[in-house]
Parts: sequence; structure tokens; C-alpha cells
Amino acid sequence: MARIPEVARHRVPPQATTTGHREGGEGVVSLRRAAVRVGGRTLWSGVDLEVGAGEFTAVLGPNGVGKSTLIKVVLGILPTAAGEVRVLGEAPGRAGHRIGYLPQRRNVDPSLRIRGIDVVRMGLDGDRWGVPLPLPLRFSARRRAARDRIAEVIELVGASAYARRPLGECSGGQQQRLLIAQALVRGPELLLLDEPLDSLDLSHQGGVAALLGRICRAEGVSVVMVAHDVNPILPWLDRVLYLAEGGAAAGPPQQVITTRTLSRLYGAPVEVLRAGDGRLVVVGGGHGTEGGGGHGHHHELD
Amino acid sequence: MVTTMSLTDTYPVWSWNPVTDLRAMWAFPFMVNAFRAGTVVAVLAGVIGWYMVLRRQSFAGHTLAQVSFPGAACATLLGIAPVVGYFAFCVGAALVIAAIPRAGQSGSGQEAALTGTVQAFGLACGFLFVALYKGFLGGINSLLFGSFLGITATQVTVLAAVAAATLAMLAVIARPLLFASVDPDVAAVRGVPVRVLSVAFLVLLGTATAATSQITGTLLVFALLVMPAATAQQLTARPAVGLAVSVLVGLAVTWTGLIAAYYSPYPIGFFVTTFALGVYVFARLARVLAQVLARRAPASARLSGSAV
Ligand SMILES: Nc1ncnc2c1ncn2[C@@H]1O[C@H](COP(=O)(O)OP(=O)(O)OP(=O)(O)O)[C@@H](O)[C@H]1O
Ligand SMILES: [Mg+2]
Repeated sequence: MARIPEVARHRVPPQATTTGHREGGEGVVSLRRAAVRVGGRTLWSGVDLEVGAGEFTAVLGPNGVGKSTLIKVVLGILPTAAGEVRVLGEAPGRAGHRIGYLPQRRNVDPSLRIRGIDVVRMGLDGDRWGVPLPLPLRFSARRRAARDRIAEVIELVGASAYARRPLGECSGGQQQRLLIAQALVRGPELLLLDEPLDSLDLSHQGGVAALLGRICRAEGVSVVMVAHDVNPILPWLDRVLYLAEGGAAAGPPQQVITTRTLSRLYGAPVEVLRAGDGRLVVVGGGHGTEGGGGHGHHHELD
Repeated sequence: MVTTMSLTDTYPVWSWNPVTDLRAMWAFPFMVNAFRAGTVVAVLAGVIGWYMVLRRQSFAGHTLAQVSFPGAACATLLGIAPVVGYFAFCVGAALVIAAIPRAGQSGSGQEAALTGTVQAFGLACGFLFVALYKGFLGGINSLLFGSFLGITATQVTVLAAVAAATLAMLAVIARPLLFASVDPDVAAVRGVPVRVLSVAFLVLLGTATAATSQITGTLLVFALLVMPAATAQQLTARPAVGLAVSVLVGLAVTWTGLIAAYYSPYPIGFFVTTFALGVYVFARLARVLAQVLARRAPASARLSGSAV
């Protein structure tokens, strides 16, 4: 799966512009005036989002605002209360085989005795009925292709060293890489990742973010990623959907993560600061220090 | 020597020549049937048990096993073959457990409480049936703790047919079931019918426990359903190898249990359970030892490195 040339690390401008929403059919994910109700309560409404092919989109917002719910709506697990949702040109839930999904922090049981490589394989053929004939590898072209593909994605996420260990014995970050490999193994057109950087330390956050950015750029996979901290993925971002209790805003990051937009969303003064190294810091937000917008550092700079 | 004399009067003597021993044992049709039935059950329980341990549904399996007791008691009361009672009650209870809505993952508190209720009610019914059928008490021991005597050729045929059907079903759903067991959220998105598979697996588990309890008795089903599978999961994390190890351990434990029971006055359930426990403890120790050694090796390398 491609050596990624160094140029790919420098961002190309987003291919799709924010205009042309009405054409339809082309967007990989499109939400129009979408609203969702969970447990009799409207979580968010009036959400517009258009994700084009090969775009990297972040879904941001405070805890409990409905970010994971949005991913589930796109997957077709939860229905919308209003508006229209199209995924890969179909109704949600119809294109599951073309989507790679990484749920929010799965607590892998430490005693689970399944190897990482087996979990990756499930992403490839885990939904097939029947068992394959136990032919020797050299007689089955299909099994050879499967083996090579699995080795390829494991290599891509840099998990070769521990892929044959039981998943329960891998660290949180190692598990996350293997689960990303599982989501990738069938060459999806759309990756839906729910807080993949959760529980990773800073350097690994950067590593996994760069990996996802490369996959997005080099293979033209659209990535929709729920994130708690926008900074590790900022270099790769084409689009941001910011959910807050007062509403939602979508657009390029430099337009959405601004003092003005976030203050309007929260209905309270919020300040977006840019640190010397380019990191964004969100301060305030009317939710105390904790709910200040999900951008991590709310107080002083590091 | 002298103390064993009384036993040798009634029980065959182990000659230390396996060929003669096996030949002597298999001269009796009931022993041949016992070996056939035990083999069928060991294979079935080894495979189904591996999935059960992986899915952490041992408690459900335990409940289904207990329910085979009222099943057999009810069948005896009605004057029909106990086999029918075993299967009817186990599969029925599997459907009841499957109907319990899953709050979250398997093993949630709510599910455990409801499953336990089914278990207690099943046992209570068993005692009621025993009370209604007077003079039945003699058979209770073998119902609860197993017996290898009196297994008929018909019974073996029924067991083999049920096992073949169960394993064929499992082969069809093997991969999606593995996916749904390890990673239900992602499996559901990939179009795997997680809920249907969960019901289907409980029914297969019901048939497997019904079959197993005819050999080990309802209280010792776990000897063949859990212990070989748990041993396999100690020894390997590969699904295919694990299934094979689970079956092999089950076969070894059943055969040695049958031989021991034949040459001694003690019940088969005790031997099968003890051997299975022994193998499990051994595997567990082996794994701990392997881990200690693996941790030691780099540590000692570092130490010697710094000493130089
Ligand atoms: N089954 C449910 N019944 C009722 N309310 C629910 C249910 N599931 C989720 N909710 C509510 O929906 C809201 C949104 O949940 P969601 O998981 O989408 O939040 P999130 O934005 O992903 O939060 P986090 O950052 O903590 O992951 C929460 O307030 C939660 O309480
Ligand atoms: Mg969430």
C-alpha cells in the first residue's frame, strides 16, 4: 500500500469547496438539516455537513453533545429525527461494507485470548459464512491474497512487532493501531473513527494522526474522525464539524475554530488562542473548565 | 495388596498392557458404546465450549446444564425417553435465556440475575418431578453425576446425529460468530446479524449441554464444556489451533476417564472432572512459567550486560 511521498505530508487545499451543496450524489457523507433525538431529547438539530472524497473531517465538541451519536447516525444504527442523511450515495446502513468503523474506546478484556492479527482478519472476512477449506497456502490464491493484504495493513499501521500477541496483552495504543488496521483492511471508501487518539500519549497521537492523514491523502479515503483535541490532526484537516448544545457549525477549521464562531455556538464568550507552535487553545466556554470545548488545554499554555 | 483384594473380586484388573486392556474392555458392547458416545460428546463440547468461553457465557452454559436435570426427570415421569427431555428442556431454556434483553455486553449484571433465576426455577422443577415420580430416586445419582453404563446403540446414533447437525450449523456461522463474539459493534456495522447469532449460539449450546450431560451428568457438564476450552485458551490465542486443542483435551480426558472408571469402583464424573482440572492447572502453570521466563530473559541479559 504505497510508500507515501514526503510531499503528501504538506497539505493540499481541500478539493471540494463549501459551495455546491445542492448537487448531491457526489458527497461521501452528506447531512442536511439533520436532527437526532436520543431518549426523548433532541441532541442536535440543523446539522449540515458535506464530506467529499478523500477529505479529512473532524467532529469536535464537548462531552455528551452527541458526537458518537452522529457517527452512529451515519452508520445507520440510529435514525434521524429530521433532515436527510446520505452515505456513499445511499441511505445510511446500506453501505456498511464500504465503511471502516472504529468505535469509541473499546475496553478490550485483558484476558481476551485472540491475537491482533486475527482481529484484523475479521475486518477482511469475518462476515463470511462457512469455513474456508484448510487447503495448504500454496494451493489457494485467495488465502494468499488475504494473508498478504493483512500483512500489508499491519505494516502500514506499524503494528508488525506485536500483531501476533493476544490483543488483551497489547497496550492501549497498540490495540488502537491494530483496530485501525482492522477498519482499513478491506480498503474502505469512508473511515468513521470515534476518538482514535484517545488514550494515546502525545507522540503516539501525532504518529497515528499522521498515519490517518497519509491514508486519507494517498488512498483517497474520506476520514470522519471524532476528536477531543484538534491539535494533533490540525495539519491534515479539511473540514470541521463543531457540535455544541447551542447548535452546530461546519466548515474549514480556520473558519470554525474561531473566537467568534465558538462564542456564538456556546452563547458565552470563548477565546481561541494560537500558541507559538501553531497549536490552538480554547479558553472559557461557559461550561467551567471541563466543558470548555473539548480542545484539551483550557488554561495556560504548556 | 490385601486391601485391594476385595476390589479385584468385582472389578477388572489393569494389566499394564494397553492392548490387552483395551481389547478386554471393548469386548463388552456397553464399553464400546460408552467410548463412542464419549468421543462424540468430547468433540461437540470441545468446539461449542471454546466459543462459550470466548463469549464469556459460561454462566448461561451452567444454567442450561442444570436444566437438563428437570428435563430428564420430566421425561421419566411422562414415561418417554430421557434423551427427549434433555434436549427439549435445554433448547427451551436456551430460548428463554436468549429472550432476556441484553443491557450491554454479555455478562451484564441484569442478564446474570435473570439467568440465575431460570437456573433456580429449573432445579426446583426437577425436584418437583422427582417428588411426583416415586421410586425414581435411584437414578438421580447418574442424572446428576453421570454414568457410562447402559448407553445403548440407539443413544449413540442419536448423539452422533445431533452432534453432526450442531457442528454443521456451527461451521456455517463460525466466522461471523467469532466476529460477533469479539467485536459486536463493528460486526453489526459489517452486516453480521449479531442478535440472531447470539440466539442461534445459545440453541447450539443447549444441544451441546444436553448431549454432554448424558455422559457427565448435569452437575459435571463443565468438565467437558469449560475445562478443555479454558485449557486451550491458556495454551494458544489462535482460533483454529485453540479449537483443535480444546477437542483433543476433551477426548483425552474422556477416554482416560472411561478407562479409569472401568477399572475402579468410582464414578466416571469424578475422573473426567479431575483429569480435566489437572490438565487445566498444568496449562495455567505452564503459561505462568513461560511468562516468567520471558520476563527473566531480557532482565538477566541486562544485568549481565551492566556487570561487564
Ligand atoms: N441509550 C441512551 N438513552 C438515553 N440517552 C442516551 C443513550 N445513549 C446516549 N445517550 C445520551 O446521548 C448523549 C450523547 O451521547 P454521545 O455518546 O453521542 O456523546 P459524545 O459527544 O460522543 O460524548 P463523549 O465525548 O463523552 O464521547 C449523551 O448525553 C448521553 O447521555
Ligand atoms: Mg463519544
